[in-house]
Amino acid sequence: MTLDDINPGQAARIMAVDWSRLVSEEALRLRALGIDVGAQIRVAHRGVFGGRDPLAIEIGRTTVAVRRAHAEAVEVEQL
Amino acid sequence: MSRHRKVALVGNPNAGKSALFNALTGARQKIANYPGVTVERKAGRMVLPNGEPVELVDLPGSYGLDPTSPDEEVTSQVVLGEFPGEQAPDVIVLVIDASNLEQHLVFAQEIIALGKPVVVALNMLDLAERDGLALDPPALQEALGVPVVPTVAVRRRGLDDLAAAIASVETLEYSPRPKLTLTERRVEAQAIAQGTILSETRTRRLHSRLDTVLLHPWLGPVILFALLFVIFQAVFAWATPFADALEGAIAGVSVFVQDVMPSGLVRDFITEGVLAGVGSVVVFLPQIVILFFFILVMEASGYMARAAFLMDRMMQSVGLSGRSFIPLLSSFACAIPGIMATRSIADPRDRLTTILIAPLMTCSARLPVYAVIIAAFIPNRTVGGGIGLQGLVLFGLYVAGILGAMIVALFLRRSLTSGAASGFIMEMPKYQLPRPGDLLIGLWQRAWIFLRRAGTIIFVVTVVLWLLLSFPKAGPGENQVDASIAGQLANGLAVVVEPIGFNRDMALSLIPAMAAREVAVSSLATTYAVEAETEDAEAVALGDQLRARWTLPMALAFLAWFVFAPQCMSTIAVTRRETNGWKWPAFMLLYLFGLAYIFAGITYWSATALGL
Repeated sequence: MTLDDINPGQAARIMAVDWSRLVSEEALRLRALGIDVGAQIRVAHRGVFGGRDPLAIEIGRTTVAVRRAHAEAVEVEQL
Repeated sequence: MSRHRKVALVGNPNAGKSALFNALTGARQKIANYPGVTVERKAGRMVLPNGEPVELVDLPGSYGLDPTSPDEEVTSQVVLGEFPGEQAPDVIVLVIDASNLEQHLVFAQEIIALGKPVVVALNMLDLAERDGLALDPPALQEALGVPVVPTVAVRRRGLDDLAAAIASVETLEYSPRPKLTLTERRVEAQAIAQGTILSETRTRRLHSRLDTVLLHPWLGPVILFALLFVIFQAVFAWATPFADALEGAIAGVSVFVQDVMPSGLVRDFITEGVLAGVGSVVVFLPQIVILFFFILVMEASGYMARAAFLMDRMMQSVGLSGRSFIPLLSSFACAIPGIMATRSIADPRDRLTTILIAPLMTCSARLPVYAVIIAAFIPNRTVGGGIGLQGLVLFGLYVAGILGAMIVALFLRRSLTSGAASGFIMEMPKYQLPRPGDLLIGLWQRAWIFLRRAGTIIFVVTVVLWLLLSFPKAGPGENQVDASIAGQLANGLAVVVEPIGFNRDMALSLIPAMAAREVAVSSLATTYAVEAETEDAEAVALGDQLRARWTLPMALAFLAWFVFAPQCMSTIAVTRRETNGWKWPAFMLLYLFGLAYIFAGITYWSATALGL
């Protein structure tokens, strides 16, 4: 299951991240924002058009917007 | 004279650095660019409690010393003392969002590990309390090993303590911390945050309640577009009394000059050249201030990032990201700060595309042109529901620019700037009430830039145009404008623009408007003032002059021209600087003039065919 499969309002834990699917600057930015293995996250909002892109992810007390392309690289376990 | 010590504000984006910088320096700020790069350098002076003046520098927000954008690269190089020509900071003020410790302490540890004198400003403590967080600043100080000062920059709380800490920081003892990896720092950050948080009530936070509405899949976009519509209506309706007052004042001065000065060249120069020309541009100050007010409020409240989130999908469909939305929205005020704001876009192709379409966003310099033409030709009535027809036409012009930009972006991303789809990763700041003082500083800076333009570029261009219009003097029975040098020049250009419905006066106004779009208005005003004088008629308001001389299809074509035409030398110059060459500004000029010609033509022909 990837982060992209999570619906708004649901929480999940990050199990693995396929960094090779991401541009290195983006990978670094995601890690700096705390999106990394072990982190507990919650999908707060999703857009409406085109497969509900982008996603607003709550991590700790921060909310971060990412795209489905990023979410697909993040393996999660639903909580 | 010994140099002043330098204090740098460093921190994550959205830590409240700019508000702290404003609170510490007041209006004593110098904004420039770092040499060689297009990152803004904000510096100001502050005086420490011991009387020592220091230079305070606000560095771009950053997530780490390994840069992922040009902004972060500047922060990293300046902090490490590696930026050429920039003295390394003597003291670092690390700004941390009190309600976001786990996140902000990751970068904080990296900075503290450098071993430089550091003071931590535990900022936005009030918002943390509002979120139900009770913090223990001494515990944080203990854990980090550097002084921690609680601050609320927007309420000016803790500023004296912070200044005192900056003054005395050198005398403290440091135990250099071991270098940690990103993952180790994050684990450590979590531990420190847990040790600092005394209690945490899981209240449903205000910002998540607001987000539920403002980021709602259907309601969110509706609210965003309603807000944009209200802004454009307000720009027209609220500004009118102020603009009328300014216009009255300028007319009063003009009459006064006519009365007290002997008639002659100098008096004509003042009334027809300076007052008619520059005055007709200055009256748009109220509209520009209102537009910037909304943009600044959206930025300061945190709503701008939500707008970017809502717009991302749409921007993605033309090959851009929500990040481009912020530069493009700024371009509604002025393309220059908009183009400069593109440096936050990491992907170079994304950035280039955004730069090339930024001039299509209706900037405030077009407002004078639109306002004069609309006021003269569009009846001031409502179309029902309290919506004014004039505001609606204005809104339509903005939409035309946006649609044009989207289509151009789509083409560019498939041809000249094609490449992999770009990403969109963006932190959403917490909602805040903007501080009136910060808004006032921002509005003052924008208004001053506009007035300075009116006083310099527009003044010079207007005066040159007046000279070209006034000489050689027309003989008896001859029209002054026809006889003048400018009239001769315009006759040449008029041949080119005649097929799209432009008359000689319109062609004439396009020449000086290359300097800045709003000059088109002042040059029309000057042209008709010069002409009115020789015709021995009372100088009448510009709107009446236009109605008497232009048809509705001509006016609409003129509006369509200004939706696209790149009539702004500053924009071309800033594009050259941001793209490091003449290739892209030349391309921008060509494609925009091409579009302007085509669309003005289509507008003119179809309006004529419809019998308007």
